[in-house]
Amino acid sequence: MTTAAPTIRLRDAALQFGERTLWGDLTLDVAAGEFLAVLGPNGSGKTSLLKVILGLQHLSAGTVEVCGRAARRGSSVVGYIPQQKSFDRDLPLRGRDLVRLGLDGHRWGVGLPSRGATAKVAEVIEAVGASRYADAPIGLLSGGEQQRLRIAQALLGDPRVLLADEPLLSLDLQHQQAVSELIDSRRREAGTSVVFVSHEVNPILPMVDRVLYLVGGRWAVGTPDEVMTGERLSDLYGTEVDVLRVRGRIIVIGAPDDAHGEHGGHHHHPSAETDH
Amino acid sequence: MGLWFYLSQPFAQHALLAGTLVAITSGLIGPFIVTRKMAFAVHGTAELSFTGAAAGLLVVGDPVVGALAGSLVVATAIGLLGVRERERDSAIGVILAFGLGVGVYLLSLYHGFATEATNILFGQIFGVSSGQLLLLLGVAAGVLVATTILYRQLLFASVDADVAEARGVRLRLVGLLFLFVLALTVTEAAQIVGTLLVLSLAITPAAAAQRLSARPAVVTGLSILFALLACDGGLIASLESDTIKASVFVTVFSFAIYALARIAGGALHLGRPTARVP
Repeated sequence: MTTAAPTIRLRDAALQFGERTLWGDLTLDVAAGEFLAVLGPNGSGKTSLLKVILGLQHLSAGTVEVCGRAARRGSSVVGYIPQQKSFDRDLPLRGRDLVRLGLDGHRWGVGLPSRGATAKVAEVIEAVGASRYADAPIGLLSGGEQQRLRIAQALLGDPRVLLADEPLLSLDLQHQQAVSELIDSRRREAGTSVVFVSHEVNPILPMVDRVLYLVGGRWAVGTPDEVMTGERLSDLYGTEVDVLRVRGRIIVIGAPDDAHGEHGGHHHHPSAETDH
Repeated sequence: MGLWFYLSQPFAQHALLAGTLVAITSGLIGPFIVTRKMAFAVHGTAELSFTGAAAGLLVVGDPVVGALAGSLVVATAIGLLGVRERERDSAIGVILAFGLGVGVYLLSLYHGFATEATNILFGQIFGVSSGQLLLLLGVAAGVLVATTILYRQLLFASVDADVAEARGVRLRLVGLLFLFVLALTVTEAAQIVGTLLVLSLAITPAAAAQRLSARPAVVTGLSILFALLACDGGLIASLESDTIKASVFVTVFSFAIYALARIAGGALHLGRPTARVP
């Protein structure tokens, strides 16, 4: 890990909605070029953490800084890949247009065509390998193709921090791997910090530096080997949780899928483990 | 001979000028109405301009002033009650039902009920006074400028709200401003085609354009072109005819363009691969 100043600094950060504490006393530095996976059950505040870093959600307590400044909305040093959602099939928008909006869509006015902007958009689209289908209507593309264009859109402003919210959701295994490798190569080449929210650690396990595991108001942070153990997770969940390692994969058994749910909920996506 | 005579008359020229500005604005915001699924908001604000017009007639003796002022009240009410997208349509329904009831009551207080009601519901652009026309032109120009300023953020917010918000677009503000733009445009268009037929200028041209291209700029351009053809074409055709109102021609032209666009779009899509393997 580099000794440069951290790109994200959380100090005693807490987020509460009414009586409910999503997480509290969270102190965490994310280094330049670090790949941080944010894991945890539904409703544990993973997406809310991204919103805090994006400046869209105020902390209930503590502070958050991005590249030395208090987090604020619309910051140009942050790139954001949202949860995969499907576009209407007849939405009049090409992949190229979606990427272009990432460049200057937040400005007033019509936005006249400019050669510099067009070239820049073409360059990032080429970099993520999406040139072949960038001119097709976005609604006709597959989930994997759309996610590549999302990554291009997020990388357009050369962000120092890349926030990804479940970018692998609804992708098949081959695309999960391609998309996560794309994000990984970017942070290696450009030293971009990656905060990667996921409910599944295995597709990104080879590239993860540290894991932030959120469960019902509590959290743990460390390398996957430190955090993804039966002991740590049982402690976090407050119930008996087993962690198995099978052929380099991590399987969590007995963790309730809902942060506030009772025992006996779904296991940690066991169906996703039956590949190969 | 008849047509050229009419075209040299100030009343027809003014009407065409108003029609042109209204068509450009309608065509410009049409794609956003379709993308944001706000057809019901168009219908609601259009029908409620009936109430505004009736109130205007009664209070200041001018339905146009009343309709324009009323549209701002309606946009504010929809904006306040329909904060969340899920609630929007039901909020519009609630306001629409109550507002129309008020409109019917107001109009019953006014003498000459039948003529005015017909004019409001089906349009009467050739009958407006020069003062009203000036007001319509001013509002149309203002709306056009506002939409141009709003354009990029509105596009971003309409197609990709999550990322737009993260990049600093204020979704609520943009949505509310668009509601005002929409309400004013719809009210203006209602002066030409009437409150009942506004969709033929606000939705049909954009829906036709979307069949032909997936490029936002091209869709916007085509939508404006189609709205102009339908609106000005309809106005000119009605000058030729003694009995048929302009709104009839506008809706017919607009529908014909849509039908042609569907056929042409179908032919375009045949050559486009829909299944892709990356």
